[in-house]
Amino acid sequence: MSLFSDPRWSDALGHLPDYLGSHVRVSLAALALGLIISLPLAVIARYRPVLRGALLGIASIVQTVPGLALLALFYPLLLALAALSLQYLGVGFSAFGFLPAVLALALYSMLPVLRNTITGLNGVDPALIEAAQGVGMTPRQSLTMVELPLALPVIMAGIRTSAVWVIGTATLSTPIGQTSLGNYIFAGLQTQNWVLVIFGCVAAAVLALAVDQLLALIETGIRLRSRSRTAIGVLGIAVLVIVTLAPSFARSGTRIVVGAKTFTEQYVLAALMSQRLQAAGLPATTRQGLGSSVIYDALTSGDIDVYVDYSGTLWANQFHRSEILPREQLLTELKTTLAKANITLFGELGFANAYALVMPRAKAQALGIRTAADLAALSGTMTIAGDYEFFSRPEWAGLKTAYGLSFRTQRTMQPDFMYAAVASGEVDVIAGYTSDGLIAKYDLVVLDDPKHAIPPYDAIMLLAPKRAGDEKLRSALQPLLGRIDLTLMREANLRAAGNDATSSPESVARWMWKKIGK
Amino acid sequence: MTSALPLIAFKHVSKSFDGGRIHAVDDVSLEVAEGEFLAIVGSSGSGKTTLMRLANRLIAPDAGHIAIAGEDVAQVDPITLRRRIGYVFQSGGLFPHMSIKDNIGITPRLLGTPAKEIAARVDELLDLVRLDRKQHRDRFPHELSGGERQRVGVARALAAKPRIVLMDEPFGALDPLTRDALGDDYRALHRKLKLTTIMITHDMTEAILLADRIAVMRSGKLVAEGTPAQLSESNDPYVGELLGTPRRQAERLQILLPKDGATPQGGAT
Repeated sequence: MSLFSDPRWSDALGHLPDYLGSHVRVSLAALALGLIISLPLAVIARYRPVLRGALLGIASIVQTVPGLALLALFYPLLLALAALSLQYLGVGFSAFGFLPAVLALALYSMLPVLRNTITGLNGVDPALIEAAQGVGMTPRQSLTMVELPLALPVIMAGIRTSAVWVIGTATLSTPIGQTSLGNYIFAGLQTQNWVLVIFGCVAAAVLALAVDQLLALIETGIRLRSRSRTAIGVLGIAVLVIVTLAPSFARSGTRIVVGAKTFTEQYVLAALMSQRLQAAGLPATTRQGLGSSVIYDALTSGDIDVYVDYSGTLWANQFHRSEILPREQLLTELKTTLAKANITLFGELGFANAYALVMPRAKAQALGIRTAADLAALSGTMTIAGDYEFFSRPEWAGLKTAYGLSFRTQRTMQPDFMYAAVASGEVDVIAGYTSDGLIAKYDLVVLDDPKHAIPPYDAIMLLAPKRAGDEKLRSALQPLLGRIDLTLMREANLRAAGNDATSSPESVARWMWKKIGK
Repeated sequence: MTSALPLIAFKHVSKSFDGGRIHAVDDVSLEVAEGEFLAIVGSSGSGKTTLMRLANRLIAPDAGHIAIAGEDVAQVDPITLRRRIGYVFQSGGLFPHMSIKDNIGITPRLLGTPAKEIAARVDELLDLVRLDRKQHRDRFPHELSGGERQRVGVARALAAKPRIVLMDEPFGALDPLTRDALGDDYRALHRKLKLTTIMITHDMTEAILLADRIAVMRSGKLVAEGTPAQLSESNDPYVGELLGTPRRQAERLQILLPKDGATPQGGAT
């Protein structure tokens, strides 16, 4: 099969209008906001060295904050603001997606614009500023008629740098719920679909280059006083905005949004749910790659309508409960707790995806290890790997105290790589997921947890408050409840972890439905 | 050339910079009559530029008063004042991003003159400073020669029909031929339009050839003033020193050039 006849390309292309449109919207909005703030600040600060130093200092510090962290910080900040606004002003707003992304990116865009505007204005020949005074200009007229036009080439260069940064960084707004070209990259990374990763990177790069070139056209148009160049550049940007705005006008507001967290199983289940909804004639779309805590808040506020979570995750992380209850009891308690937030626990899918200590079967047998308790004596000489959140989760604390575990080294890894790492002996034990297909693939074994230090992690489907009584949605998703057992989910995950044409979440979801529908 | 009321009068004007450490202008009193062409001569740092800037309030004096047509400039809005006074800058001071017509028409535009009137005025001024309307109107400053740029600078200063024109070493950066032609042309305009002109220069020869009266400045003080003939009577050693160069040049030229030959007239710009 040649590279371009691969159906994943057409899959990726199908998402392009949505992803690219959202990406352009969020980037341009952030850039515009950044300009509206930075330009006047730069004008005010240019003759005030203290203010100038402070502004450039702050902007530089913002630059050093990693893009992903900056975006992630804006989410809780806005969430708190939204709560305050709802309480005192009676108006709430969504702290999810567009708003935090725009604010964080706008902040990110400020440094080059500030710096270049100040440099550009200070670089204007003092003799010309005096000439402006001499012919009778007011300070404002001198600024708008002489200083800004003369500084414009330098200012435009700053705007270009900003635009490229913002477009690149906007790919990181996916985890806070803003659809962007980052959706390709995050989805591709999670499902080891390199076609998607490359597609996302290339699309973002092409977009950045295109915008940069259009701005360059405006810049040289201004410098060479060529009206036609400037006009083509401005027209180009305008066309880009209009083209990317079009799909958002066409989108209906009644669309059902299926949420997915940042790992393969979630992508497959979201695809499965959205296929079921579409089969029932309901317009459905997916919002993928959402962070674990973002997704629950997004459901509460109605930004997404349905998603699959795990009982233990909600119990420990969302509701901060530390007691370990038997499976049935935990589900009942959880249902009551969720009902208080007007969230419907629609039902269990039929499998659990718990954290579990996993190691190669052969090695476990050779060392006589069957349960987590057997590890205690050996853990001092062993290395353990877990995903980005595991070592800060209560389960890990629980495991350590319950079995007296103390590993020589802890390593954090991208989930899909840690199975290979444990199979190759690079690490000795991993905190894997029980439903992961790679356990079978690499002939690994899940160690028992006789003391039940890890709570049950039943996969459960949650509905947003506004969808609680939606019978059409309920009946479309009902056939999935209780029909997905651990074997099916593991095989689905294994298929999705492949790197060929049949491994896209959509194809795997279709395969699952064939199995379930039998 | 003295009339009853001087058009411009400096009375005991002082200005210092750097917290009083540099006395740029030190207790200067000077009067300029209506229609007069005054040259202020001095080396760099003598305070001549500062004195002129005080006249249109580009800077404010520490002490003393400046009156224009009897009115204290401190009482006049500086923006209005500057729009009423033409100013020719050292190297033209043309705005590089504006066409020649926009540069010339800037002060009328600031005064809210209708575009049509400005366009007509620009053409009139291009004729006046002897530049070709069609050829120069839409060009940009960097496309012009130094002499042409300075002609535009003069046109711009005259755009709002001022009575007073201030010139800061206007011909200093030009080659001698261009400089001579431009000087003569300006002198003719000064007469034709009945202007009152203050010109700053460090070149005594230029001052003698163009001005009615010359004021000599040194270290912020006015050391002498008068017509060229009056100055040549002066006993001040500095004035004598300044007059030495033109005298020597004249003698050399007398010897080197045939007696009855016409002095070369440069028509080039």
